[in-house]
Amino acid sequence: MIRYVARRLLLLIPILFGVAFLIFFIMELSPGDPATKILGIEAPPEAKEQLREQLGLNDPFFVRFFNYTKNIAFHLDFGVSWRTKNPVFQDILPRIPVSLTLASLGILFATLFGIPLGVISAVKQNTIGDNALRVVATVLVAVPTFLLAMLLILIFSSKLGWLPASGAATLESYILPVITCGGPYGCAILRITRSTMLEEIRQDYVRTARAKGVPDNVVTFKHALQNALLPVVTTIGQNFGAILGGSVVAESVFSLPGIGSLVILGIRSKDTPTVIASVLLISIFFAIIMLIVDLLYAFIDPRIKAKYAKANA
Amino acid sequence: MSDELLNVENLEVIYKTTQETVQAVNKISFTLKRGETLGLVGETGAGKTTTALAIMQLLSKTGKILSTNISFNGRNLLELSDEEMRLQIRGESIAMIFQDPMTALNPVMTVGDQIAEAIRYHSTDINEEEIQKRVDEVLEMVGIQASRKFEYPHQFSGGMKQRVVIAIALSCEPDLLIADEPTTALDVTIQAQVLAMMGELRDRLGTAMIMITHDLGVVAQICDKVAVMYAGELIEQGTLEDLYVSKDHHPYTIGLFGALPNLKEETDRLAPISGLMPDPSKLPKGCNFQERCPHSMDICKEKDPDVFINNTHMIKCFLFAHKES
Amino acid sequence: MKTSLPWKKTTIEDTVAKESQGISRSKEIWMRLMRDKSSMISLGFIVILILVAIFANFLIDEKLVTEQNVAERIQGPSIKHWFGTDLYGRDIFARVIYGSRVSLSIGILTVIISTTIGGLLGSIAAYYGGVTDSIIMRITDVFLAIPEQLLAMTVVAAMGATPLSVIAALSVAVIPNRTRLVRSAVLGIVDTQYVEAARAIGMKNFGIIFNEIIPNSLGPIIVVSTQGIASIMLTASSLSYLGVGIQPPTPEWGAIIFEAREFLRIAPYMLLLPGFVIVLTALAFNLVGDGLRDALDPRLKD
Repeated sequence: MIRYVARRLLLLIPILFGVAFLIFFIMELSPGDPATKILGIEAPPEAKEQLREQLGLNDPFFVRFFNYTKNIAFHLDFGVSWRTKNPVFQDILPRIPVSLTLASLGILFATLFGIPLGVISAVKQNTIGDNALRVVATVLVAVPTFLLAMLLILIFSSKLGWLPASGAATLESYILPVITCGGPYGCAILRITRSTMLEEIRQDYVRTARAKGVPDNVVTFKHALQNALLPVVTTIGQNFGAILGGSVVAESVFSLPGIGSLVILGIRSKDTPTVIASVLLISIFFAIIMLIVDLLYAFIDPRIKAKYAKANA
Repeated sequence: MSDELLNVENLEVIYKTTQETVQAVNKISFTLKRGETLGLVGETGAGKTTTALAIMQLLSKTGKILSTNISFNGRNLLELSDEEMRLQIRGESIAMIFQDPMTALNPVMTVGDQIAEAIRYHSTDINEEEIQKRVDEVLEMVGIQASRKFEYPHQFSGGMKQRVVIAIALSCEPDLLIADEPTTALDVTIQAQVLAMMGELRDRLGTAMIMITHDLGVVAQICDKVAVMYAGELIEQGTLEDLYVSKDHHPYTIGLFGALPNLKEETDRLAPISGLMPDPSKLPKGCNFQERCPHSMDICKEKDPDVFINNTHMIKCFLFAHKES
Repeated sequence: MKTSLPWKKTTIEDTVAKESQGISRSKEIWMRLMRDKSSMISLGFIVILILVAIFANFLIDEKLVTEQNVAERIQGPSIKHWFGTDLYGRDIFARVIYGSRVSLSIGILTVIISTTIGGLLGSIAAYYGGVTDSIIMRITDVFLAIPEQLLAMTVVAAMGATPLSVIAALSVAVIPNRTRLVRSAVLGIVDTQYVEAARAIGMKNFGIIFNEIIPNSLGPIIVVSTQGIASIMLTASSLSYLGVGIQPPTPEWGAIIFEAREFLRIAPYMLLLPGFVIVLTALAFNLVGDGLRDALDPRLKD
């Protein structure tokens, strides 16, 4: 198993390399002259030319890309922000904990909200509670993140004054952003949990367990749920990209100083190095989470564990 | 204490959905003594599984038992609460095993855990060590090494899986084992092995058995008495001798035997019974078998056939009106 | 044991003849869809919305979209202005109506482009297999390693905030997912017993592709595409809201809400009413997608 993990981690490297290349390439297409952006339009042409030489901007595309990756790999140097004039890494570093907190709390909230309610919804199929949950979940998934954020601010911050609407000062200020990110995500989890549970309850082994005399709640939570978790974990993984996108919006609306809001700042001010570095870092995080999700499968389902172990033999 | 273990009286089960009501089992009666094995024979859809599920009270939400008495060990099962059924009957006094071993076991639990579960939920003061000992015992009993209890179902072949299922069923030494087509999904050679093992265990433990099957060969091998079900009714019942040796039979039974390939004779084609079983939501007036019966008479279309009894042999057909003794 | 009675012998032909009286497949799917009330209502809503988008200029004067009227700014909903006015005095209802054009066209165009290109790539990968498959899938994996919304943002960042670049960005973000989907759908069919059975009866390759592979793989593609329209529209709105998508004065729904954010506390109607329309539209597409999924495979329902 360990070998499988190691192999997957190793495979990540070419993919991340590809990601860096892709983003670099996309930003390459953007019009405008970096030197002008950094120094300003009024700067003398010689200064701009000097800067271009200095930054290696006159080199061909592949040379620049190669230098870029070399700098990252050996010096953790992501270039200099065209907006703040600081090393990009310096801008990003303090923002990492904020984004990590938001993302992890978001997943936690979504899972703790979605899975238990999904199970209950399935067990109490077609009752009022089930139908109410389904309606709420279906509607919530259709609400865009920015709208949900603003609604939450309107109700809880503006009208009720319970929670802060911006900043990352206290843990409290994370509450609304976490609900914003995790809410729709949790609803997707609720729906998939419900539908897989409904299927699992109808399986033969559940019948065997009941015939054995196993109490109903053990059948539901121990037997059925564990088998149902597999598709649920798949969905958690598939939709995780959405939570990252949602966190970018949440960080913007709630003025959280995370990497997501940095991306937006970078895009708005056409600060290419910042954009590339931020997107790259977020993608690294994304890839690692996906790997963890894959490994979770092995823990849940012994058949998959066997497959992974065999893949190394 | 009487010898009688199970007495099913006029069992009637329907499935009721918003669209239709299906008559699955229509007033069947049979009894079973301790240690006896009853073969419940019939085509797919005849109502055999429903009968078994009714006894265990494991019918789906749409199933409803309309009759009032299923007597087991002197108690009426239909009067017990679900909790009582769970604690005292299911797995403990009556065990049931199902047809498809491939899906009958929980894929993410070890085999040992699944057996241990059956034991754990029926013994109040048994400690973990004793449970594990019993698990080992039970595995050995069905011919599986005890060390395999840490393995998962997917690591076992079909026949071995079914043995595990049997082990789970017998772990609490129930008085009655209901086996719903336990060997149908297995290869013929494995089938013979598993069947032999079941017979042996049955003898050793004195367990009564209801063997649900459509295979007359299985019946001959392991059963003491036979009941033939068709479209929710018992159309013939009797001892093994009554069914296999006697010349009198319900036309459906004849058809069942006739559909068997015969090693000794040369035939061009098998002789299946033509037609299909009637739609259980739209049963015909009179005898359920009339449309497929080569002997159907006018009275068959009018009245539900009477039951004619000859000693231990019962046949529900107007053809035997004169044979009552 | 010999039977003493002559039993009728049925033939396979008789049985097959009786069972093939079924209706054509697409009609059956349509009938199942019609039974789902929420899908039908949603479908109706979508049709109305599309008609409104197309015939917007017959319903409401286009001028109202950009006409500023300082005297009437920031007024709540009234008879004259159904959704009230915004900070420039523009009629919000008019802007939302014309915004439907923008949002719907972005959504539909993106879906068409991404499904076509993704479908093509996925089919090629599945059909040719081997090196072609590996190359296409590795490239797809790289794209998929970037969260969809981020990828879209990056493309818009590079190409500038115009409707065209938004469509291109969203397509780029969505194509990899469709590629993978179509590839697995096609691979799934090719391997199944449908195809084996078809070959056993003697069907030719072409016939197999048309009669077995395409109908069976279309299902998930249609479902995903329909549900995808909602998510694409929401993403487009997000982009506008964040200032990296379509900008005001174009009345894109996200942009409208972006302009309303300062007035969250004083004039919430400015975001609530357009927001309501957005949610309704996304909900409608989601419900139709769900309905299609249930109609195509009723086993998946409860």
